[in-house]
Amino acid sequence: MVDGFDFVRSLRVAGFDFFTGVPCSLVKGVIATLEKRGCYIAETREDAAIGLAAGAYMAGKQPVVIMQNSGLGVCLNALSSLSLIYTLPCLLLITWRGYQGKDAPEHVIMGKILPDLLTTLQIPYHVLEEDSVEKSIAWAASTLKQTSCPTALVLPPGVIT
Amino acid sequence: MTSGIASRKPPEMTLAGALCVVLPLVQDELVVHANGFISRESFNLEDRLGNFYMIGSMGLASSIALGVALSKPERRVVVFDGDGNVLMNMGSLALIGARQPRNLVHFVFDNEAYGSTGNQPTISQHVALDAVARASGYIDVRRAETPDQLQTAAQALLARAGPSFLLIKIEPDREARNISRITHEPPQIVSRFMGAIRGEQPDLGNPQDS
Repeated sequence: MVDGFDFVRSLRVAGFDFFTGVPCSLVKGVIATLEKRGCYIAETREDAAIGLAAGAYMAGKQPVVIMQNSGLGVCLNALSSLSLIYTLPCLLLITWRGYQGKDAPEHVIMGKILPDLLTTLQIPYHVLEEDSVEKSIAWAASTLKQTSCPTALVLPPGVIT
Repeated sequence: MTSGIASRKPPEMTLAGALCVVLPLVQDELVVHANGFISRESFNLEDRLGNFYMIGSMGLASSIALGVALSKPERRVVVFDGDGNVLMNMGSLALIGARQPRNLVHFVFDNEAYGSTGNQPTISQHVALDAVARASGYIDVRRAETPDQLQTAAQALLARAGPSFLLIKIEPDREARNISRITHEPPQIVSRFMGAIRGEQPDLGNPQDS
């Protein structure tokens, strides 16, 4: 597994410098690292985090919004009527609860439709794998620059500690 | 300060009237506008490069403004918000209170209605949004019900450290307003606003060329 500390370091090396979101247990280590560095803004809702990231981007930052996939449901309007039409990029780090159908009932449907939902929204994404995390981060950074629109890294269980 | 519905007088200002008081006080501040008539009315009165017009994503104007304010602490950021918007994203008041951005001024034009969709009532006639802001941690919270009160309060808040909050009680427009939509494309709104954040002046051409 990739250490949360190392994952944050890779994000920062890739240029990301504004972190907000709503937590998930799968990114416990990531958020703990960001909190320790004093560079995480704990939002109240995922769509508000998309708004916060939009403002940060316009003020010169490269934002990351961390959320559970349940939060992607909350974000549909913020993404479609703000980020995508204004071309405001942010990296979405979305945890994949309900992965392969194995999870608590509230996660099963969103777990099943997550890839299709991102495809429908035309948000490009990579599913993170332990041995190619760095590559995926580099891909996300360059895709964000190219498209100037939100791009997602999807995090299944067991990849980051 | 709030004294119940029985003793309340009808507001003396429309949205356009209130904006006519506030806009001359705005200098190089960055202004994030909530969607609907707030964006449209302000755009039609005075379009500024430092205006961000949010045309969708209802509720998020204050979140966008907070993102700018935290990332650019040396610039004052103003939100022109509405009661419907604030009620949709009250967590944003909490986050602003928690983060204490000194450069954020939050104006809420409260007509107790969803003005852009036909004046259906919001619940702000029952909820003192200024009290919510105070409880959330805004350090200077005021209410204006007349143009004079608005002038005094807006002037004060635009000159002091925040986060501050001004609840501006206005009346809903009684007649349908045939007011133009924002004519800039959304990406153009972004590039203008980013230029204003960077402090770029608009290219007005060389006067000798004309």
